[in-house]
Order: sequence, then C-alpha cells, then structure tokens
Amino acid sequence: MGLLSDPSRRKVLTGLLTRLNTPICIVCYLAGIVWFMGLAFEPFTLRTYMSENAMGSTMVEERFSSGERALSLAKEFDAHKRKAGGMPVEWLVKAMQSRGLEVFTQSFSRKLPFPDENKERYMVRGTNVYGILRAPRAPRTEALVITAPCSPGNTNNQAVALLLALAQYFRNQIYWAKDIIFLVNEHDLIGTQAWLEGYHHTNITEYISGSLRGRAGSIQAALSLELSSDVITSLDLVLEGLNGQLPNLDLANLFYAFCQKLGVLCTIQGKLQRNDWDTAEGYTHAAQTMMLMVLKQACGRSWGDHGLFLRYHIEAASVRGINSFRHYKTDATTIGRLLEGMVRKLNNLLERLHQSYFFYLLPSLSRFVSIGYYMPAFGLLAVILLLRALDLWVHLGAPALAAVDGVTEAEQPSSPGVLTVLTPVVISHLTGVALYLLPVHLQEMAVEHFPVSETEAVVLTAIAIYTAGLALPHNTQRLLSGEGTEQGWKVLKLTALLYLAVLLGCTALINFSLGFILAVTLVPITASITPALYALVMVLLSPAFTILYCVFIYQELIEAPVSVSEGWMLFLSVISQGILDHALYGSLVYPLLALFIYPCWLMFWNILFWN
Amino acid sequence: MLILSSLLLFILLAAARDEFQEELVIRPLHSGDIYASFQFRTLWDTDFLQEGQKVSHYRLFPKSLGQVLSKFSVRELHISFTQGFWRTMQWGQPFIPSPPGAELWVWFHDTVSDVDGNWKELTNVLSGIFCASLNFIDLTNTVQPSASFKPLGLGNATDHRFLRYATLPREIVCTENLTPWKKLLPCGSKAGLAVLMKSEKLFHSSFHSQAVHIRPICQDEQCSSKAWELRQTLNVVFDLHTSGQGKKEWSLFKMFSRTLTEACPLASSSKVYVDITDNPELFELSPATPLLGQAVVLGDRRTYSVYDLIMPTSSMVLSPCALGDMLRPLLHAERYVAGFGLQTGEIHTVIYNNHPYRAFPVLLMDSVPWYLQLYIHTLTVTSKSRDNKPSYIHYQPAKDRHRPHLLEMLIQLPPHSMTEVTVQFERALLKWTEYTPDPNHGFYVGSSVVSALVPSMVAMRTNFTQDQPLFSSFVPVKEESSYFVRVYTEPLLVNLPTPDFSMPYNVICLTCTVVAVGYGSFYNLLTRTFQVDEPSPPLSKRLANLIRRMRGVPLLT
Repeated sequence: MGLLSDPSRRKVLTGLLTRLNTPICIVCYLAGIVWFMGLAFEPFTLRTYMSENAMGSTMVEERFSSGERALSLAKEFDAHKRKAGGMPVEWLVKAMQSRGLEVFTQSFSRKLPFPDENKERYMVRGTNVYGILRAPRAPRTEALVITAPCSPGNTNNQAVALLLALAQYFRNQIYWAKDIIFLVNEHDLIGTQAWLEGYHHTNITEYISGSLRGRAGSIQAALSLELSSDVITSLDLVLEGLNGQLPNLDLANLFYAFCQKLGVLCTIQGKLQRNDWDTAEGYTHAAQTMMLMVLKQACGRSWGDHGLFLRYHIEAASVRGINSFRHYKTDATTIGRLLEGMVRKLNNLLERLHQSYFFYLLPSLSRFVSIGYYMPAFGLLAVILLLRALDLWVHLGAPALAAVDGVTEAEQPSSPGVLTVLTPVVISHLTGVALYLLPVHLQEMAVEHFPVSETEAVVLTAIAIYTAGLALPHNTQRLLSGEGTEQGWKVLKLTALLYLAVLLGCTALINFSLGFILAVTLVPITASITPALYALVMVLLSPAFTILYCVFIYQELIEAPVSVSEGWMLFLSVISQGILDHALYGSLVYPLLALFIYPCWLMFWNILFWN
Repeated sequence: MLILSSLLLFILLAAARDEFQEELVIRPLHSGDIYASFQFRTLWDTDFLQEGQKVSHYRLFPKSLGQVLSKFSVRELHISFTQGFWRTMQWGQPFIPSPPGAELWVWFHDTVSDVDGNWKELTNVLSGIFCASLNFIDLTNTVQPSASFKPLGLGNATDHRFLRYATLPREIVCTENLTPWKKLLPCGSKAGLAVLMKSEKLFHSSFHSQAVHIRPICQDEQCSSKAWELRQTLNVVFDLHTSGQGKKEWSLFKMFSRTLTEACPLASSSKVYVDITDNPELFELSPATPLLGQAVVLGDRRTYSVYDLIMPTSSMVLSPCALGDMLRPLLHAERYVAGFGLQTGEIHTVIYNNHPYRAFPVLLMDSVPWYLQLYIHTLTVTSKSRDNKPSYIHYQPAKDRHRPHLLEMLIQLPPHSMTEVTVQFERALLKWTEYTPDPNHGFYVGSSVVSALVPSMVAMRTNFTQDQPLFSSFVPVKEESSYFVRVYTEPLLVNLPTPDFSMPYNVICLTCTVVAVGYGSFYNLLTRTFQVDEPSPPLSKRLANLIRRMRGVPLLT
C-alpha cells in the first residue's frame, strides 16, 4: 500500500488517471461491451451440471401412460368450459374429487387500476380450484405445486387435462413424500397471485380474496404447465420471474436432463440449441438467446405463472408446449412422463433447491454464465462513472489546494453553495414522483377532457409528464447565484455521477440485466456531458428511448420485426403493462425508473442548460 | 412352612389378578379408507409406589418397563410414535390421538426431588427400549404444561412441576420401533392379534401410530385396590385407493397378509370389532356374526359386529363407494406459517367449532422452539371477526438455547365458528455449529395441542364396567353430556436464514494458504543467518591487483 501512502506517488497516480481519463473510459466501455458479448461464446461458458445430489444419482422410472385419456379429458373440459362461459368450477371440483384429491376453491376479485387492453380486462372476478394429494405417512409439512392456467378460448385445455390425468396417476402411487397440490387458476397471473397471497396469508397488492382452507405446509417447488395442442414439437422452458428473479439453476438442469432422457426437443427463449459454436451463425444464435434472456429479465415482469412463486422462495419454472411445423412430434404421454419424472425427482429432495446458482444467464440450455463471469462486464461500465467522478473531484479540488498554498483568493467562485445543487435535485425528484403518481390518478380527468380511453390516458399522461420534465426551469442556479459557473455544473455532475453509480450498482446486484442495459445507454452520455453537448443526443439516450430501443431489439430477436408505427404502439403497451405489473404483482421496474433513474437523468439534463 | 405357603398363595392370588386383553377395531372410514386400531391391555396388580416395596416378580407385565417405572418413580407415562398426520376432515376423530413424530409425557411421583435429572435419564432409557431418538429430548424442547395434560389415571396430581412434556416432530417411525414395541406383548407376535402386525404391510399405509400408555387405575368400582395398566395401541389407516385398484373390498388377509387363527393363550379376552354403523345394509360381512355390540365412543353411538377369537375369522366387507366429501368434525384445528422472507413470519392456528348451537371452551397449548422468537404482544385471538379474549393465559418465554416458549390459553369457541390465533415471530440467526446437517430443509415446530370437553350428541356412560370395549374406555368420562377430545395440528416446517455453508470451506482453504505462505516466509526470515557479503571486485581491478602483487607494490582496495 506504499503506492497510496506516499504522497508523491499518489500525485503521479492521480495525474495519470486524470490525464488518461478519457482514453481509459473509452477502453473500459468497449471492454465491457466486448466482455458481455463474449459471454455467449461457448468456450467461455460452463457446461451445466446437476449440483443437487438428491436429484442426480437416483434415477426414476416413468410409467405414466394415460396420455390418450388426457386428450379426451381435454375435449370434455373444453365443452364444459364453453358451457360455463369461463372456468367450469363444479366440473373441476368433481373431477378432482373423483381422482381422490382433497379439493378446495378460492374466489377472488381485483379491480385493475385501469383497463388492461392487451387482455381486455378491468374488473376481474374468478375462482381458483386446487386439489391436494396427501402423501401417505407424511405430516403435511412439505408440498410441491403443479399449476395449469384455465385460459379463455381454446388455449391450455390440454394442460388442465394433463394435470388431471397426472393427478389420477399420482394418486395411485405410494412413493410420495411431499403433498402435491394441483392448481387450476383462472385469469392466469392474477389468479396465481391471489392464490399465493391466500396460501401465505399476505396482502401485498390489494386483492380481495377468500381465505384458503386447505394447506400443505411449505411449498418446495412449483411447475407451471402451458399446453394448447394435442401433439407438440418442442417444450420451451421459461425461467424469468418477477423483478428478474430466476429459479435455482438445478430446476433448468432437471428439465434438460429429462428432455434428453425422453428424447424431447427442448428450447429456451424458443431457440433450439446448436452444436456449431465455432461458426459465426452458431455464435450469433447463442448471443441472440442470451440477449433475449437479458431483455426478458430486465423488464422485470413474470413471463409465466411460475414467476410469482419466486417471491415466496419457491423454486418454479414454466414448461410451455410449442407446436410448429417441424416433422418430429411428441405426444401427451411423453410430456406426462417428463412431468412425472421431474415431480418424482423433486419429491426426492431432502432440502430446498439451493445447491446450484441463483444468478446466471443461459446462452443455451446446456451452457450457463454464472454471476462471477457476467459481473465484470457491468463492473467495467460502472467504473467509468467512478473514474469521471474522480477526475471531477481532482479538478474541483485543485484550485482550492492552490488557495491553501499561499494566496488568499476570493472564495466565492469556488463554493457554488448547496442550494444550486440541491434545487435541481429536488426538482428532478419531484418530477419523478409526479411521473410515478399522476398517470394512474389523473386518468378520470384525462378521459373527461380528451377523447381517449383510460389506458391511453394513463400512458399518454406518463409520456406528457416525462416530456414536461424536460421543459422545467432548469436554470434555477441563475436565480440563486446569478450566472451559472463552471464550478457549479461540475459539482452537480459529480453528485449525479456518484448517484447514478450507486443506483446502477444496486440495480445490477438484484437484476443484472436491467442494470446492464441502463448502464450501456446511460453511462456514455452521462460520462461525457458538458453544457456544450447537443440536447438531441441526450434525449436519444434517455431512459424512455432505451425502452423503445429494447422493444425494437426484442422484436428483431424473436424474428418478428415491426415497423416504426407498430413499434410505437408496442412501446405504449409496454408502458401500460409496466404500470399494471407494478400495481398487480408488485414489480419494481416502473417505480425504479420513475422515482430514481429518470430524476437522475434529469439532473444531467440540467447541466445542458447551465449557461 | 405356613408362612411360605401363605406367601405362595398370596403370590398366586396376586398373579391371578394380572390380566391381558386384546382387541382390534376395524372401521371403514368416510373417505373409503380402512382404519384398524389394535389395543392391548395388560393389568399388573401391584403397587410398588408405596414406600419400601420392591417388586421383582413379573408375569404378564414387561419387566423392562416395570423396572423403569420403579426406578424413576413414574406415576404415568405416555409415549407415542406416529408416522403421518391424522386427517380429521376425512377420517373423523381417532380413538387415541397422537401428533406426527414422537411424543412423550410423564407424570412423576411427587416424592421425586430431581425431576429434570430423572426426566433426562428416563428419556435415554426409553430411547434404548424403543430404539428411537428420544435421547434428543433435552431442556430445549421440554415444557411443563400447566393445564393441558392432566393425569389420566388415579390420583389428582395438579402440580405441574412433576409433569414433563416433549415432542420430536421430526422423528421417523419405522420397523425398528415396531419390533421392540411388539416384544412388550405377553405373546409377542407369535399368537393372538399381534400376528397381523407384519411391518411391511403396516408401513404400507396412509397413517401409522403406535403408543404405550402406563397409568395406575382402580381394579374395581369401589377402588379398593389399585393396579397398573399398560395399554399398547397401534393405529393404522389403509388406503384402499392405491392398493385396491378401485375396488372397495377388503379382508384381513389383504390388509395384513395374515389371517387370525387363535387368540393369545394368555389373554382373558380377545375380540375383533367391525364398525357397521354407517349404512349397515351395504355391508356384507363374511363370515357373518350374530353378535352385535354397541358402544358410545367420542360422543357417537356406534354399532359393531363382534367376533370372539374362539372361531377362526377372515372377515370381508363390501363397503359403499364414498365420495371425497369432507366431514365436519365438531372440533378441528389446523396451523400454518404466514408471510414470506427469512426475517419474520406469523403462526396462524385456526380452530373450528362445528357444533351448530353449543359454545365450548378449549385449551390451546403451543410449544415453540427458542429460535423462533415470538412477539407475544402481537398475539391476537379472533372469532367471527371479533376479538376473543382468552380467559386464561399461561405464557413462559423462551431462553435462548435453554428453554422453548410455552403458551397455553383457554379460549371460548362460539358455536359454529372459526377462531384464529395469530402470533408473529422473528427467525433467529443460529450459530454456525447449531445448524443441522440439512439446514435448508428447515426446522420443525411441534404440533400445537387443542384439548376440549366437546358437548356430546348422545349420553356418555360414566359408570365403570369391565365389559366395556377397550377403545371406548381409555379416557375417563366424568359427565354424561360431554366427552374429552384432544386434537393435534400439523407440525410446521420453518426455514431459518441459512448461510452458504460452502463459504466456511473457502475460508478454511484461504486461511490455510495464508498461514502456509506467511509462516513459510517468516520461518525463512527467522532461521536464516545473515552475513555481510564482500562484493567481489571487478575483473579489471583483480587483474591490476594480480600485477601489483607480482610487482610487490601495495594492492588497490
């Protein structure tokens, strides 16, 4: 540590850092991006492996054979669903009871803050039906959950039917050590959320739900099943949950192992695995898969029913059947066997899944990038902010040092005063609070005065407040201390840089993808900002535009490119979904952006108008 | 000679009053399962608790237990091992309830001075006798309930200083516990009803519970002489759904893969009861028996077909196909942990009174390990969404690593109501050596116990008669209008904050490396001897000096 304790050497070091600041920052930024893109390159990633002993060595034999019966059950279920015009609660209760389960129902209702136009719902009223298969000689302390959503229209009939067929088969087996809960939830995520809140007797999101009667102890793991056709070509595994939480990697390994065993094609992000990693196509494919995962994780919503379980420390994943035009088909019996195998292995667990990774990215199902590998990419970006802050600190400190040395200079220019910095900070954050609160609360007023629907009103109000934030009086320092000084904006920039570094650092710890995406767009502009910069560049790299770019990139990656106007419509719906996710399930991305990231960006915006 | 013969006569008389009864009750349950309950009663006509009396003669009573009783001055001993949870909502009330895992409660004689010491030794001895991990009972999971566990036998001891109660909810019951239990029977498993107890079948069931109850009782109605009663009970519920492939048909052979041939020669009575109360016309018993018995048990009059084991039996019953509808037992309780995250939580205990018009009080007992730190100020009791103030609360706070929480409450349950008792807790961070080998499995909290006198639909028999079947005579009935019920809730599995245990491993590796490197370099520095090294002069100087030496002039330095 002699390097830092020796003042002369320290001076050399700081001199070096300030002199080479810009080149170092540029190198760091490029290195960060290259590092991130390198994560998808197969030789740099690790092969997945089963860490949990209880699931690894004990092989199970799958004997489920009533796939055909499940399909005829699906037709019956469909007929009853049509007749009931929604969830056929009575039929489901009877069906589960006749299969020897303890059956309970839970009714719930929820008024959305504004109508959800994607799913066409506003006042949601529904019933969850669940049956508990009691394990013999088990004291009701542990349970596994299998859920299938009862969706409107033709979808997911096969999932519910397969669930019932599995229940019947499981009931006749004696090896269960954990109770198994078969849940059919109405209104997909809303039903799941109501059920989970009822089961754990919590109320986070203002649901009105009936109390739950039947319970089975602490839930160890959950699988959600989505299946809409009689035969499928591949099974897709969905892992991304609420706020970017992921289940333990062993759950993905388990799924992969059984797909391999039963010869079922398995995909992640809808992308098959390729073996040609050394070709350009192979690498692009892996990079696309990983980018899709990053984008999905960053948006912080639950991409399947499983996502809401993660909050309760329940490892969960969704398995989605996909029927494309491929020749190779898998029938319901095989899917049943796959689920049987997975549930049996989960049943063998002695402890909760905890052995493997909780923080990872998957470029393919058999390869993973652990937190130790992807964090440096973010670190390289975040260090730029700190380097710039150090540079500013040294520059700000230099004249003060000179003053101490000898000449007693007038100190007015060197101390811009707390107020000049505090005022923009307060104004920015007030704008953020307005952006967070007003869209939902002002919708009635907006609907009265403008010819728009409630949803449009909310989204357009949000955009209006966002834009209005740009036009706020950002030169308050002139009123306070006359002409804006160079010293003044540097202090503001220093504060804002450190603030952003802390914000991004905390975000990346919880949700790496979100932190990284924000860092990629925010870091270059914030690091290089001076009052002389063009406002347009600043706007183009603002948080809202980041979302817009993400929409386009996402559409490009899922091979459904959109035109500019379609993209704009998608952008609007993404905003409304974000606000809804926050209100319905407690997703934190919207408040994070509105209350912290946007105000922080406004502080930088302030610098543009300093002179 | 006279003395000797009179003594012999006395012994014979005394021995003659020892008695052994065995009984099996089979009840087809509402859910379609079959409940088989064995009871074996051994009476021991002795009173060794009197001063100075030492007993060394055993006839039917197992000597291992008799010695334990006299050595530790036990007044009453109840021990049960249960695998599974009794599903009250589907099966109704069991004859003798028990919580999942192991439960032990003992009343000591009031002459015992060191109760804790006796208790510790007793648990260790019982652990050996029953081949169970009862030696894990220590002060951290033992409580002294003030009201919930009253002696069931003679004597009105109420000083709960002499009572010890402990449960081990994690105890797994298997064959190794059954074998020593069977050995306590006078006939072992050689003859009588015990031949049915084949462990491979008994543990192929939905519920398995075995228990031993020892208590002093009256020999006759006037209570002129006392005797020790040893009751061994074994309750099994067979799942016809998994084994029968849909057929609702059962036989002794199908259930136990054995049939009954003869009674135990030492037994004074040996009977099989088949409950035919529900839908008798749908039953078909073969061989049919002309003997019908009635018994009032748990507030319900039931009819039984009685088989005396004089004739060989192999009973077969066709029972109606039952739907999976829930029962509504008069008293029912369940419990769960609410909330999420690893910092706090809330224990909810829900007690149902399904009686249409009668309110009755219940005693709720909760024993919570110290690592769940209860916030007792958050304790709420609500019935019908109104605050329900318990009329009696006995709370003993926990001491970290020494004593569990004990909470006992007397709560009045309004008719047809649901009463919810909630209390919040904080999860403690244990020391790293205190974690179990599988910390991510979670930690168990034993069942809470609800004891109540439930209003009876039919008059209970209060008089004491010998010919009563065993299953209806376990709990003494004091009044006609109500009967005693004890309900156990499910145990809880709670996750505590758990460190990543691979980290200590890393730390050990790292420290070892640091120590090795550090020690090596220090050792090197300390043991090396240093000396000043003369730098060797450069080559030109050496050459010059060589020439100078040859010339004989002074050398250069």
